[in-house]
Amino acid sequence: MKKISSLKVLSIAAFIVCIPACVTINIYFPAAAAEKAADKIIDDVWQLKPGETAPVKPSEPAK
Amino acid sequence: MNKFISIFSLICITLLSSSWVNAAADLEVNTPAISAIKNSMQARHAQLNPHYNSGAVGLTADGLIAVRDTTAVPLKDRGGINSLVAAENGDRNALYKEIAAGNGHPEWAGEIRSTFASRWVDKAQSGWYYQSAGGWVKK
Repeated sequence: MKKISSLKVLSIAAFIVCIPACVTINIYFPAAAAEKAADKIIDDVWQLKPGETAPVKPSEPAK
Repeated sequence: MNKFISIFSLICITLLSSSWVNAAADLEVNTPAISAIKNSMQARHAQLNPHYNSGAVGLTADGLIAVRDTTAVPLKDRGGINSLVAAENGDRNALYKEIAAGNGHPEWAGEIRSTFASRWVDKAQSGWYYQSAGGWVKK
């Protein structure tokens, strides 16, 4: 019985540790996700193909 | 008792994995408000594009646009250029605010704005003007 209760305490402790982990991660500004979101919106607004940097001017095909 | 332990473990694993998912997840940009702003900006781009190309309008360091050189604007467009730029900036300001709010963090609006500012410049066509510390720069 003593062994089981210590396991239970351990589980509760782990549970308590997990909660701040979730909160902490979301406080920081997700720079990479923001860049991805910005790229997606800019591609739509400027009607670029995804990943394209210099729009409209198609390069001359090499002969 | 074992049942308790497994339930606790399950909750822990769920919480942990959801935090990983949150950390890796994209920002939500498909809310109706964001889509509406995006569509309005997309429609306006046809009017703004020639002004970017001529250098009349440039990209500012704070993620907006500004009239740079009125003499580069064709006479017929001169009356409307300021309201066109103002409308675009209104949409851009609203866009940054909506992305932050739509993701539950209104305080991120400033960082989203600076992320956009650098991405607009990166994706700008060569020949377009953007603002840097030293003034207008031709890309």
